[in-house]
Amino acid sequence: MDPQPLIAFDRVSMTLGGTPVLTGIDLSIDAGDFVCVVGPSGCGKTTLLRLLGGLLEPTSGEVRYAGKRIVEPRADIAVMFQDYGRALLPWRTVEGNVSLALEALGVPKEQRAARIASVLDTVGLRNKADRYPSELSGGMQQRLQIARCLAQEPKVLLMDEPFGALDAMTRQSLQDEVLSIVAVSGATVFFVTHDLEEAVYLGNRVIGLLPHPGRIASDVKVTLSRPRNQLTTREDPEFARLRRHLFDFIKDEH
Amino acid sequence: MTRLAAVLRGIAFPLGLVVIAQIAAMVSHLQSDTLASPAAALVAGAHAFADGSILIATVQTLANAFGGLALGGSIGLLFGILLGSVVLADRLMEFSVEALRPIPSVALIPVAMLIFGFGFRMEIAIVSFASFWPVLILTRNAVANVDVALYDVARVLRLTPLARTVKIVLPAALPRIFVAFRLAAGIALTVAVTVEVSTNPLGLGYGMMLAEQSLHPELMLAYLLWIGIIGWGLNFAITNAQRRLFARSPQAVR
Repeated sequence: MDPQPLIAFDRVSMTLGGTPVLTGIDLSIDAGDFVCVVGPSGCGKTTLLRLLGGLLEPTSGEVRYAGKRIVEPRADIAVMFQDYGRALLPWRTVEGNVSLALEALGVPKEQRAARIASVLDTVGLRNKADRYPSELSGGMQQRLQIARCLAQEPKVLLMDEPFGALDAMTRQSLQDEVLSIVAVSGATVFFVTHDLEEAVYLGNRVIGLLPHPGRIASDVKVTLSRPRNQLTTREDPEFARLRRHLFDFIKDEH
Repeated sequence: MTRLAAVLRGIAFPLGLVVIAQIAAMVSHLQSDTLASPAAALVAGAHAFADGSILIATVQTLANAFGGLALGGSIGLLFGILLGSVVLADRLMEFSVEALRPIPSVALIPVAMLIFGFGFRMEIAIVSFASFWPVLILTRNAVANVDVALYDVARVLRLTPLARTVKIVLPAALPRIFVAFRLAAGIALTVAVTVEVSTNPLGLGYGMMLAEQSLHPELMLAYLLWIGIIGWGLNFAITNAQRRLFARSPQAVR
């Protein structure tokens, strides 16, 4: 028998307000995977992420982490939200926002400063420590969310269309930053996006969902070499082939 | 210079009225038990300041207003947090709140008289009843309207209900709660003076009544002017504090 996967969706179905959102989801994710989830709007991508984050409970079936059923948010699974403007506390500084995660974990006060400084270093916000979120650009606010997640020292990072609202240049630099952070920490990533190229660029596995009701319709491995590079990776014929495959897959539904 | 111009523009009309009243009083050689010239009122006011009577009355009225505001406001704040965050509690209390709230607070004067007799306790009880409602209703709405995204943040960080209330809900609702207290402060002063005018032998309201009954319209008008100045100053101070405290807050209500 295979070693137990880190994350397992076992015949998961989800009905929200009488409407089936997801049906019969079976999905195993190994430790260290970078899984990207794509699909048209309404396909249940975000619901899938919220189930994994313990923010929702499935109507039937179960979601397991390391063999244990997920019934509530876990400290070793961090969630990064799409809408940075609403996920940060506007009355706390950059430092204070990171501190919130440590306070929640019960980290003693005298240990917090060092850990805050370290994660702010990682995301390049060290010199903005005493700024407020409203004084930061969208890209920096999303870095701050990454920092807050990292402060938890999570095993799994759930990211819900984190770069959707950012301009192309900022998005690319944050993509590379996430890749290098993950390469160092070895975290497993579950990354929801509607951008097919972003999915191929980041992931080593891309799950395609189709709507009405949401189901897994495609599951492809990405064998592009790492570290990825914004120019050479995107010029790789394999990149073009995968993008084409996903594009056709999503287009066929419409 | 423009600020001075604005101030002058603002006071031109009331000052003009005062001047006209003064001229009218002088031209008609006013001798009256019901009216007094502005100059006479100013002189009477100066005497009341000099002998300290108006200052003692001011302290009494403000003690009643702020005592009632502190008592009723803090109970309203606690209940508002409860009703805003626990839906069941809100449903349970909805009828009681809507049934009790319309009771005019001054209608409780006889009841409070029976229980407490004349004095501070009776007046504070009525003022707290009056300030309780706006703080309750506005706090409940402020708490209930905290962005659901922030509740998600609290959940994924696994904050305890107490930590969530203290670190997320209250700071997020604070600008609106402050508005609630600003409104309640105005109501508290109004109700305090009303209780003093009608019943309680304390404070500015009673001083005004005494002047009226002893046929000293000039002193009565001096009290009236002074009460107006206090009300205006109170509102000015709180509005200023609000602007300073919540300058950064996007939800600040002006």
